[in-house]
Amino acid sequence: MSDDAVSPEEVRHVAELARVDLADDEVDRFTGQFADILEYFETLDEVPEVDRDADLANVMRPDEERASLDSEEALRNAPETEDGYFKGPNVS
Amino acid sequence: MSENIFITEERIDGSDDGPLAGKTVAVKDNISTEGVRTTCGSRMLEDYVPPYDATVVSRLKDAGATIVGKANMDEFGMGTTTETSYFGETDNPAAPGHVPGGSSGGSAAAVAAGEADLALGSDTGGSVRCPAAFCGVVGIKPTYGLVSRYGLVAYGNSLEQIGPFGETVEEAASLLDVIAGSDDRDATTRETPLEADESYADAATGDVDGLSIGVPTELLEGADEGVVETFWDALAELEDRGAEYHEVSLPSVEHAVEAYYVIAMSEASSNLARFDGVRYGRSGGYDGNWNEAFATAREEGFGDEVKRRILLGTYALSAGYHDKYYKKAQDARAWVKQDFDEALSEADVLASPTMPVPPFELGESLDDPLQLYLADANTVPVNLADLPAISVPAGETDGLPVGLQLVGPAFGEERLIRAASALA
Repeated sequence: MSDDAVSPEEVRHVAELARVDLADDEVDRFTGQFADILEYFETLDEVPEVDRDADLANVMRPDEERASLDSEEALRNAPETEDGYFKGPNVS
Repeated sequence: MSENIFITEERIDGSDDGPLAGKTVAVKDNISTEGVRTTCGSRMLEDYVPPYDATVVSRLKDAGATIVGKANMDEFGMGTTTETSYFGETDNPAAPGHVPGGSSGGSAAAVAAGEADLALGSDTGGSVRCPAAFCGVVGIKPTYGLVSRYGLVAYGNSLEQIGPFGETVEEAASLLDVIAGSDDRDATTRETPLEADESYADAATGDVDGLSIGVPTELLEGADEGVVETFWDALAELEDRGAEYHEVSLPSVEHAVEAYYVIAMSEASSNLARFDGVRYGRSGGYDGNWNEAFATAREEGFGDEVKRRILLGTYALSAGYHDKYYKKAQDARAWVKQDFDEALSEADVLASPTMPVPPFELGESLDDPLQLYLADANTVPVNLADLPAISVPAGETDGLPVGLQLVGPAFGEERLIRAASALA
């Protein structure tokens, strides 16, 4: 969608990848806005390649058991649970 | 309360004594509070009650502070006006009829209205400094890694820090003293550089004698005339007190806004994938397969700006576009860091207007997202460079507050606090 104007089909495709349903009027609105925003992002082409020498050290800790939420607390915000598990929609 | 400052007004008492005993604090509603609803300004989390406290909240309680409520914000921190909140807009106590800035608009407004002595916000691309500037209060964006993000609901986690608000630099610094320092629940944190007998609040001496200030010319270009005038007046005040300034150039910041938005949206598209309506949040029901149920939950739970950023981030990371957008944005980020390092090798701090414009009128800016993104031009470079910055009131233009931003070297908060305290 970068070289020419963004199409409504492309907006629908990305929305599907992101698992976000869109109403028809949202698709129309986003199509125009995305064209403007992506055109602006195009100016990143002018950025030179830059050496990225991150001076960082990894932080590790011993892999030891420690206290965590109990399952009742962890399940408290779930819309539905069953037998101490989260309940989700069908996987298929 | 007419300003709609809080999403949830609930009192959480801290311990009996401590450095913040007797102080009231407003907490942005994306910072987890055990047993108290934390919505992120979103319908998705309208009923979400965290089972644990964010590290900064535990530290507030231990310091004796009283939390007075969860402050309104742009949905998931995505906005510059607090108007994308599912719970309605917040009015600006310092400029009624205008936005309080965002995304931590409720936090800044709470301090400006006297509803709280202090407040916590989060700053991913300016979300503490912008509302501080628009509401005429002080806001600090700490160096990346100074303050724990444990319990902060993630939006752009390589960019964001929790930061304090206060009426004065000294008060904001006293809150920074409580929340700063390493946390074994956030591996990106480290200890403050302070000696045992030092504090950030003690650095608020207002002493700017001999301070060298760099003014990046790029951050004045295109700014509102009244804002620029107010900025120079404030700088003249610092000069009168012994500081000197010179102009510096940061050529990379011309690309900072697009780099910031590509990185922030990419991180958002990944971070917000967790909201599927199964473990918490709005449910998409149990009809159809899981992809359909998740897509329904996310259609109903998220507002326009959040959807926009998730979709654009998904696009920027998708096959064939990653190198074009995300990789180039990371190059730009490294370039911005280099520019700041160079400028700060010849100046103690860098100064600019915090926002290039005065506060928008409520409702004025919602239709054109790109124009609103461009308003972040002076704040986002700092997040890309992981540096600390402070916004301090500089004065007014046509009765509207203007903020002055000071940027310092990594973990140089003391220097910023000392310099900014000459103004407030």
